[in-house]
Amino acid sequence: MSRPWRNAIVIGILLVLAIAVPRLGLPAFYVSLLTQTWIYGILAMSLDLLVGFTGLVSFMQAAFFGIGAYVVAIGATRYHFVDFWPTLLAAILIAGLVAAAFGALALRSEDEGFIIITLALNEIIWGLAYQWVSMSGGDNGITGFLRVNVGPFHTTDNSGFYYLSLAALIVCLTLLVLMVRSPFGLVLVGARERPRRMAALGYNVWLFRYLALIIAGMFAAVAGVLFAYYNEFVGPGSLSLDTTVQVLIMVILGGTGTLIGPLLGAGILVFLSNALSDITQRWVLILGAVYVVTVMYAPDGIVGLVNRLMAKARSRRELSLAAGAAVGGAFHSGEGPK
Amino acid sequence: MGNAFYLQNVLGGLAHGSLLFLIAAGFTLIFGLMRIINLAQTAFYLLGAYVGLSLGLHGVNFWVAGMAGGVVATVVGLAIYGIFLHRYHASPLTALLLSLGFALIIDDGSLAIWGGDPQSIAPPHMFAESIHLGSLVFPEYWLALIVVSTVIAAGLLVFQQRTKFGAIIRAAVDDEEMARGLGIDVNRAFYFVFALGAFLAGLGGYLGGPITSAYPGLDGELLPLAFAIVIIGGMGSLEGAFIASMLIGLVNTFGRALFPELSYFTIFLPVALIMAIRPQGLFGRKLQ
Repeated sequence: MSRPWRNAIVIGILLVLAIAVPRLGLPAFYVSLLTQTWIYGILAMSLDLLVGFTGLVSFMQAAFFGIGAYVVAIGATRYHFVDFWPTLLAAILIAGLVAAAFGALALRSEDEGFIIITLALNEIIWGLAYQWVSMSGGDNGITGFLRVNVGPFHTTDNSGFYYLSLAALIVCLTLLVLMVRSPFGLVLVGARERPRRMAALGYNVWLFRYLALIIAGMFAAVAGVLFAYYNEFVGPGSLSLDTTVQVLIMVILGGTGTLIGPLLGAGILVFLSNALSDITQRWVLILGAVYVVTVMYAPDGIVGLVNRLMAKARSRRELSLAAGAAVGGAFHSGEGPK
Repeated sequence: MGNAFYLQNVLGGLAHGSLLFLIAAGFTLIFGLMRIINLAQTAFYLLGAYVGLSLGLHGVNFWVAGMAGGVVATVVGLAIYGIFLHRYHASPLTALLLSLGFALIIDDGSLAIWGGDPQSIAPPHMFAESIHLGSLVFPEYWLALIVVSTVIAAGLLVFQQRTKFGAIIRAAVDDEEMARGLGIDVNRAFYFVFALGAFLAGLGGYLGGPITSAYPGLDGELLPLAFAIVIIGGMGSLEGAFIASMLIGLVNTFGRALFPELSYFTIFLPVALIMAIRPQGLFGRKLQ
């Protein structure tokens, strides 16, 4: 079976499974964990566009997630701005504008400087959410707004919200995959690997990175909008350093530059945090340790690890096939180790 | 808002800046020498605060408890650097990501040992009173902290500029390969600077304790301030770190008093402007 076919079948099966989940009679608890996975998955993939494909380790992705969430909450509670689509559009636009301003500042530095500056910029937004009590509700956050139905999705129902998040995930994943495979995405990767050569080829490396920052910010805002509706609550924690760190861990644990890896990482973190917090209070400590081991021994994350193991198995099989042929073909050659 | 208001906030701001300097000094030195952004730096601060607190509760002298906090932070820091971080010299990003993991581990480990309630730290007996000057009232300890931090800053500068080991460190910052070629044991300088950075942060944790107190998440709150300081002061610059610490301390204190809803904004907006105009900071050299 050729690879595209195999991939298509795998994707089809996963999709059917994902759609079937709320009807399998699983406890509602698992449906809500999966809903969170899809939402954090969008956020983690948006960060992967920067970390994995563009080579920019941004510490301000939580800010755009939070902006999306606060647009929902502030819009609904202070400006009677409650329709889903206008809210989503406003969130994406505002996040894009802030990303355009922050990106222009942050891209004046590279590498370590970029990390430091993005972290500081994230704090501006966090500081507003935390301290501007009359607007953001401060530490108490904002409640008093409700989920709204979107098209066919009855979101007040948890399985309805599950499908909304799944649909959003599929749309975002498709858009991101198309983007990274487009010439635009190839230039991003090229500029990550060989910025000078790309510049010499006539590409405006700065502009491509800048656009990637803005686009990633917009995707993060989509995740933030869903997150706000899902919880029917928004607090400054959603755009704190903790969120940044968790999302970064999702991306690295799953595998940078793979999109699907960060989604996997999001699932692992969501499920692990729930499972572990039942058993132990020290789940952050365990997370830290898992993360350290990942960075040290599997820097390309789980997807990278699996790819490496599969490549090894494949080359061993090919090697044994070749060896079998070389022995003289006296034995039929299908007997490689499985 | 008379003069007393301004004077009190100036003193409070300088005291706040003094404790920030103890974090930022190590942060900037470690970055300057090894190009490692040590995200565990404020976790060392928290660790030092808690260790000192435990000793203080058993009647240990304030300054001794502070030193002990620094020593424990040094031991933990050296273990992290010696076992893990030093292997990733060639890739500062990996070192940064690792230090983030250790920050989580230290933070949650402290929560396990010392619990989640904020714990206040009493200033030493000899500076426990307040000073009254007309309508101006402020704790004596503020002055003591400002003096201690300034003396440490001066000591670090003299060490860096006037001693042979300081010269070795400066040489390694400027051109590591050349320093190695000259037979200088650069690795020793790495270990030393990392240990020094951890010690200062750990010491700062207990000395700053009477102002910040100690609670889980304090490290996460202080980290952005340390970042702001190195952005303003310039990565790797000790003088810059000192001046920027005081500046951030003042802006933070006045911001809280004058614009309680926007005090973070008042810190990070100037930071953003400085980044736009001088990405290398006010005192820093351009990052290569």
